[in-house]
Amino acid sequence: MRVHLHNPKRDLEVAGPLRVNELVKRLGLTREAVLVIRGDSLVMGDTQLADEDDVEIRPVISGGAR
Amino acid sequence: MIEVRRHRAAFCADCFLHHCREQVRRVLEKFHMVEPGERVLVAISGGKDSLALWDILLDLGYVADGVYLGLGITDYSDTSLGFAQRYADGRGAKLHVVDIPAEHGFGVPDAAKATKRVPCSACGLSKRHLLNRAAIDGGYDVLATGHNLDDEAAVLFGNVMQWHVDYLARQRPVLPATPGFARRVKPLIRLSERETAAYCVIRRIDYIVEECPMAAGNKHLRYKETLNAIEERTPGAKATFYLQFLNQMQPVLAGVADEERASVGECTRCGSPSTSEICAFCKLVERAATDSLDGR
Ligand code: SF4
Ligand SMILES: [Zn+2]
Repeated sequence: MRVHLHNPKRDLEVAGPLRVNELVKRLGLTREAVLVIRGDSLVMGDTQLADEDDVEIRPVISGGAR
Repeated sequence: MIEVRRHRAAFCADCFLHHCREQVRRVLEKFHMVEPGERVLVAISGGKDSLALWDILLDLGYVADGVYLGLGITDYSDTSLGFAQRYADGRGAKLHVVDIPAEHGFGVPDAAKATKRVPCSACGLSKRHLLNRAAIDGGYDVLATGHNLDDEAAVLFGNVMQWHVDYLARQRPVLPATPGFARRVKPLIRLSERETAAYCVIRRIDYIVEECPMAAGNKHLRYKETLNAIEERTPGAKATFYLQFLNQMQPVLAGVADEERASVGECTRCGSPSTSEICAFCKLVERAATDSLDGR
């Protein structure tokens, strides 16, 4: 599957099928820190992603001492 | 569907939107943030939190306009203004724009250089000053900011790490209006940033996902990472840390906050409330001006 990442913006190829939580873990990310979006909807941690899926992993942590 | 581990719950899209609005409504009521008939000015950055906040306030029926501060952070500022403006246009809402470089002759990167401080510190103090001024000048009763549960927990963590008692006393969801200051409120304190981001995705609100280029490696981000590592093992830890601080510690600190408020005078340059003769913002403007004269 094609995985779009941010900060910096980049694309990765990851072999499916794979559960969302597993993908997040494999990329070394924390569940609390990202949303996973397939097409234009959010997917849950236990969702099985298929090899032909296109997913965005969107960070939700914003910085800055405010 | 989205899961919120802290509440041991998974919501469908509609229930999730309802959950977000309810969290905000409860906070607004509990802390008496906005009285009937009052006008709210929402500080809009173009990011997920401020746009979610604006959207929820409008949906809850509040009279809420937005204000965007141009920080002079090159491309980032132009892009984030675009998101803010598109939201306002789509919603038929009013957005005021204050451009710091155009009005004061410097941007956040210049200010940071001139003061030899980290950008976020010059930025934070400019925001506090100019957002308040926009609220006062525009005749708004309340200034609302998009600080969420993660922001507040990270700030609390930093303040506790150094036992900044005066900052802890000031870290409240509502700062009452005082002469020269509009009331400041943080209605998102019961929503995590994962929730505000999910809210925007579900509501199809386009916001700037890219991080401010000045943020990299700052302390605030490190504290968030630390807290998220704890949250991963103990869902709900962040909310307990912050919300129990409000319940248990804030009453104890009330005296410190009163004392501080009593010592506030006026800046001799701009008339803003200040504890010293010249306020921190006017000092910053002065330093940035001399710095550019030096041609550095
Ligand atoms: S990250 Fe720092 S410099 Fe950038 S907007 Fe936030 S406070 Fe300002
Ligand atoms: Zn001043």
